[in-house]
Amino acid sequence: MDIFIQQIINGLVLGSIYALVALGYTMVYGIMGLINFAHGEVVMIGAMVALTVINLLLGSGLPGVVMALIGLAAAVPVCMATGFAIERIAYRPLRNAPKLAPLITAIGVSIVLQNVAMLVWGRNYHAFPPILPSVDFEVFEATITGVQVAIIAIAALMMIGLTLLVQRTRLGRAMRATAENPSIAQLMGVDTNRIISLTFVIGSSLAAVAGFMVSANYSIAHYYMGFILGLKAFTAAVLGGIGNLAGAMLGGILLGLIESLGAGYIGDLTGGFLGSHYQDVFAFFVLILVLVFRPSGLVGEKVAERA
Amino acid sequence: MQFPRLTSMSLAVAAALALAACGDKKEEPAPPPAAPAAPVAKPEVTVNIGHVAPLTGPQAHLGKDNENAARLAIEELNAKALEIGGAKIKFELLAEDDQADPKQGTIVAQKLVDAKVNGVIGHLNSGTTIPASKLYSDAGIPQISGSATNPKYTQQGFATTFRVMANDVQQGHALGEFAAQAIKAKTVAIIDDRTAYGQGLADEFEKAVLANGGKVVTREFTTDKATDFAAILTKIKSKRPDVVFYGGMDAQGGPMVKQLKSLGLKAKFLTGDGGCTPELIKLAGAAAEGQYCSLPGVPLEQMPGGKEFGDKFSAKYGQIQLYAPYVYDAVYVMVEAMKRANSVEPAKYLPEVGKTDFQGVSSKIAFDANGDLKNGAISLYQVKEGKWEYLQTIGGAAAEPEAAPAPAADAAKPAEAAPAAAPAATPEKK
Repeated sequence: MDIFIQQIINGLVLGSIYALVALGYTMVYGIMGLINFAHGEVVMIGAMVALTVINLLLGSGLPGVVMALIGLAAAVPVCMATGFAIERIAYRPLRNAPKLAPLITAIGVSIVLQNVAMLVWGRNYHAFPPILPSVDFEVFEATITGVQVAIIAIAALMMIGLTLLVQRTRLGRAMRATAENPSIAQLMGVDTNRIISLTFVIGSSLAAVAGFMVSANYSIAHYYMGFILGLKAFTAAVLGGIGNLAGAMLGGILLGLIESLGAGYIGDLTGGFLGSHYQDVFAFFVLILVLVFRPSGLVGEKVAERA
Repeated sequence: MQFPRLTSMSLAVAAALALAACGDKKEEPAPPPAAPAAPVAKPEVTVNIGHVAPLTGPQAHLGKDNENAARLAIEELNAKALEIGGAKIKFELLAEDDQADPKQGTIVAQKLVDAKVNGVIGHLNSGTTIPASKLYSDAGIPQISGSATNPKYTQQGFATTFRVMANDVQQGHALGEFAAQAIKAKTVAIIDDRTAYGQGLADEFEKAVLANGGKVVTREFTTDKATDFAAILTKIKSKRPDVVFYGGMDAQGGPMVKQLKSLGLKAKFLTGDGGCTPELIKLAGAAAEGQYCSLPGVPLEQMPGGKEFGDKFSAKYGQIQLYAPYVYDAVYVMVEAMKRANSVEPAKYLPEVGKTDFQGVSSKIAFDANGDLKNGAISLYQVKEGKWEYLQTIGGAAAEPEAAPAPAADAAKPAEAAPAAAPAATPEKK
């Protein structure tokens, strides 16, 4: 039983990380209908900047949590600036271009950022220094670390905060209007360019937090870390219904649970016929099933294109 | 869903960019020193030596390490202004990036074949080396890898494949023996990363464990890009093994050790050469203490020319990651064969590669009929106070006294039996 609960916890932690990153994908998609493939790289930059700052502070004698918070505080504006620059350079000039064009620039930006990070931080892996207090909690004989509790809590808080922002504030209303029809929104006095910039900036600040949490949890940062993470998070966003904030959260958690339970039990359930190398196969199999029966994702809104 | 198409597109663009980047990075070789004594200028021949390793992606740190070692050897050789076949020789390194991806490995291999390189050093990973070796073999280009340890590489019947490191049959054997006898493990859990290297080593380890009377309680899998192993480690925890073995690289091994500890597994962690790096300790932090790894060959300090090489390398490129001494030797083995054949033509010097009898930095290098290193030794290490500490060497020259003497071997040379006692010979001893 403790093993089963441990697997659920593993899945929740992994899922929350996917969800944190997926929120960034889904926000941009919701507003612009664009898949920002560079989002994974923004996550990576967040992790790298936080780590660099923390390493600089290591000798200062500050308490570990304070150092971590300073590192995070440094990563957020850097990521915001990166997100803003990406939108200005790679997406805004293509606002009225065919849909495929910004998709290609998105991939281009992603590769450029990866290579810039490789030049700045090198090809080596960076270890996250053990500055955060290692508190372990026992839940029914299963272990969960303090960082993991924080990841689940922060992911949940961010989703709630974002939902409130989009549903309850003036900015949120402008965002929804832009999502619905940018040109009409503009006629109604919404500065759509500013709203889109802000969307990128907010999404990138989430990415900074996600990057920080990922490298704190796995104690690892590398210029390549954003790629796979971004791919998985994108899958999570699609699974939940891209463009929908609650969907990103649900998709992320679901993907994490499927991977974790899949890796843990496929082997025993099939008598060794299928092993843990099928964990990704099962995750994507679920994705295909969802897309076949609910093309807009689990909680995605029906897009009124099918008349 | 446009997603799969996009991924492959992004990969293709990434590949193109990576290739372009590599092309730019080619360093100008040192200008050949003028020969004041010769009134008539001798013809100068440029010899292109290809080098392939992952320069981008999760294993880029290891790939760059290999490339630096090859570059160091090439620069030294150029500084000597060698003459082969009556012409002055200028070596040039064509460094390519295979991203540790078998598909990309064959693409860059074809590129090197088309560029008519005189020889190839590499690749780093077994998974890329094996498919690429077919292309080199078809083109008759000698290939020496300093790090591809999967036995299949040299067992395909190609005349062009060589490696200057013990293979995974030997390594898996030594690891299994060590687990059973030194750690006294009765049950083991095995994880591999599904690459030719990781899977091959894990298979050989499994065989050796069974042969030593041990039991494999579960076999789990991950990828060479993963960072989260909580699910498979939790499953392993429920099987209570004495040892967890990982066949794969340091980038996964490090986080794996850490997660193993935080999930409360009591098992010892054991891995092969791919995880035997300072990087693994850095990534695992305190959890690395007391874990084991193996590495073909002997530790750098015990290598015949280890200290000297370490100093030269560090002065230029910083800390050695892993395979640098072997890649450095591979370049010298190739060039020595060219010298003996008095030709840089692949067809002419290829037979000489097989007859190599060379005192390298890493060990004394001679090949068997397949192109495998003769008398390859395997050393075991344990982390003590944040450092890999040498424990013992299994096999190697000392354990297998001259069963099949190499044709050119100097019978009176005791150095072969005790590499540590050998004089710190420079690689170009001959």
